[in-house]
Amino acid sequence: MSIVAATDAQVAGNGPARIGIPHIVLVAALVLYPLVASDFFLTQIGGYSLIWGLLGLSLMLLAGYGGMVSLAQITVAGIAAYAVAILGHNNTSVLGFGWPWWITVIVAVGLASIASALIGAISVRTEGIYTIMITLAIATAFFYFTNQNYALFNGHSGFAGIAAPAFWGVNWRDPVPFYYLCLFVAAVCYAAVLYGAQSTFGLTLRAIRDNPRRMRALGYDVTAHKIFAWLLSGVVAGLSGVLLVWFNGRVSPGTVGVGPAINVLVVAVVGGLRHPIGPFLGAVVFVLLQVFAIDLVGAERFNTLIGLVFLVIVFVSPDGILGLWERAKPHLAQKSLRSEI
Amino acid sequence: MSVSDGSVTRAGITRAGGLTWRQSWLLVALLAIAVLAWMALAIWPAWLNHILLSKKAFVSAILNGLTLAGLYFIVASGFTLVFGLMRNVNLAHGSLYLLGAYIGYEVATRTGYWLIGVAAGFLVLAVVGVAMQVLVFRRLEGDDLRQTLVTLGISIVAADLMLAVWGGTTYQISPPLWLEGAVKTPFLLAVRSNGAAVYLPYPFFRLVVLAIAIVIGLGLWLMLNRTRIGMMIRSGVDDSAMLSASGVNVHAVFAVVFAVGAGLAGFAGVIGGSVLSVAPGEDIRYLLASLVVVIVGGMGSITGAAIGALLIGLAEQISLIYFPTYGIVLTFVIMVATLAVRPQGIMGKVR
Repeated sequence: MSIVAATDAQVAGNGPARIGIPHIVLVAALVLYPLVASDFFLTQIGGYSLIWGLLGLSLMLLAGYGGMVSLAQITVAGIAAYAVAILGHNNTSVLGFGWPWWITVIVAVGLASIASALIGAISVRTEGIYTIMITLAIATAFFYFTNQNYALFNGHSGFAGIAAPAFWGVNWRDPVPFYYLCLFVAAVCYAAVLYGAQSTFGLTLRAIRDNPRRMRALGYDVTAHKIFAWLLSGVVAGLSGVLLVWFNGRVSPGTVGVGPAINVLVVAVVGGLRHPIGPFLGAVVFVLLQVFAIDLVGAERFNTLIGLVFLVIVFVSPDGILGLWERAKPHLAQKSLRSEI
Repeated sequence: MSVSDGSVTRAGITRAGGLTWRQSWLLVALLAIAVLAWMALAIWPAWLNHILLSKKAFVSAILNGLTLAGLYFIVASGFTLVFGLMRNVNLAHGSLYLLGAYIGYEVATRTGYWLIGVAAGFLVLAVVGVAMQVLVFRRLEGDDLRQTLVTLGISIVAADLMLAVWGGTTYQISPPLWLEGAVKTPFLLAVRSNGAAVYLPYPFFRLVVLAIAIVIGLGLWLMLNRTRIGMMIRSGVDDSAMLSASGVNVHAVFAVVFAVGAGLAGFAGVIGGSVLSVAPGEDIRYLLASLVVVIVGGMGSITGAAIGALLIGLAEQISLIYFPTYGIVLTFVIMVATLAVRPQGIMGKVR
């Protein structure tokens, strides 16, 4: 279980020191990014990475702080995406109740988090490696169900023609507004996870991850804490599902298939599960590989490439890119010392 | 038995409702067997046909379910063995199935002998299994999460490479002539006006698959319970450190189990590719089946795998006939219900 082991530095101080200078630089860079990026880099890479980063974040929250590795995050996101398609507008002329966007989003995220809590309630009955098996079975079953069921999920073809709404005089479908929308949601979720990790609940959750037995003996309701973590992770995953369906404009069983389910784990593990920034790093690497795989190995063999990257990361650095950085730091420091001598 | 039967009748006279649990279960079981025997042998009245569509549809669903259960059992027994011994969830197990099917197809069509294809499916995958154990799992020993992630990575790469080699087309391994054709089963469907009885015909090959599964199940059981290596495997399941301390080469035992597990997956691939078909995506299907069978049946238990496979196979085929678009939900409900009542699975041990 070394992947989800603890390194949780305490954040102390106030003002800029409390937020951390790297964070300020990062936010500035991301806010200014549209000035230099083309529409393609803005949406297909910027926005898409942020969405996948959010998905990874929902897993990181569970796996990093709670020690529960789930493969059903895409299912939770998919439930939100399907809810947006069914309750809002779509041009498949199946269902599509045409509710206002904000009610749709609230209901979609609510449904996703309830679904996530239910998945949690099913899987917390067992521990460790069993969680992966059960959530994978749930994700696969959901994929087959959406594929078979025409009454609710419109079967194999799913729903198309779902668009981000236009409000406050802004068409959120356009590249720049959509990028800022993704950035805003991602930043809020990131900050919330970072803050939540230091809260009483976050500390309790981490303690449960490290020693559930002792926490139970101390009188904590371990199951309730875990299920609440699933609920929170469902909110993040649900938000990313809403953004994902607005980004793609469509949702089908392929969106919630086993491939994407595994990709969420790949993104989170490649980035690193120790810090909320990890999944976003992983998402950038994942999306860049996906976009430029066509030049490296041809578009057809993208899965081989990402699978090999994943294998190498798991073998070489269990903590992902973050772990590589952590390991490189002392070496770099030593080198500078040596050069001074 | 005779003593308890006697007490049932006496109890019935002297004090009403004074049956023990065991006796009442026995009565329920006898009643169920009688009903099933009547359903199997008699011509169904109209009301039963009305509820269950027709006897032909129902009995075929049951038989198909049993065949599928046999196939699932062969796949899942390897999975559960590997898991029970090595605490290693091999999420590439579905890929082993599919690779076995493709290899079986290639060998069977090139040599013209189906049996050679079956043997090749088993042997090649057994070698692949040993290679995985030596090259991958031995390096990550004791870190079950990383092992699982690695198998996930392998399954991604394997699925993509198999797609590159064999493409997206669906293959069918043709079984030999002596396995083709249908046989009459003793299930009476109707009696013609001239007095001739109509019995349900059923593909011979599917019955053979069921028989193979039973033979493999018995074979595994004998191997685990009656041989020296089986004893080592069982003690390894309980405490591999202690087994190692008593002078057994645990890695060799692991390698044998992995070879058998992977070989069975490949074997099932060739059989499944002959009864059904071979196509990309089947790996996921059989991985799901193995996962659910093992979750329901209990990890590391061959008997549990058999029970789980029966439940899932029957549920899948029966729902295919009676509520096709919600079929997967039944499988899911079985899994959740088991987890709710017995989180460790029907035959699983609490660790």
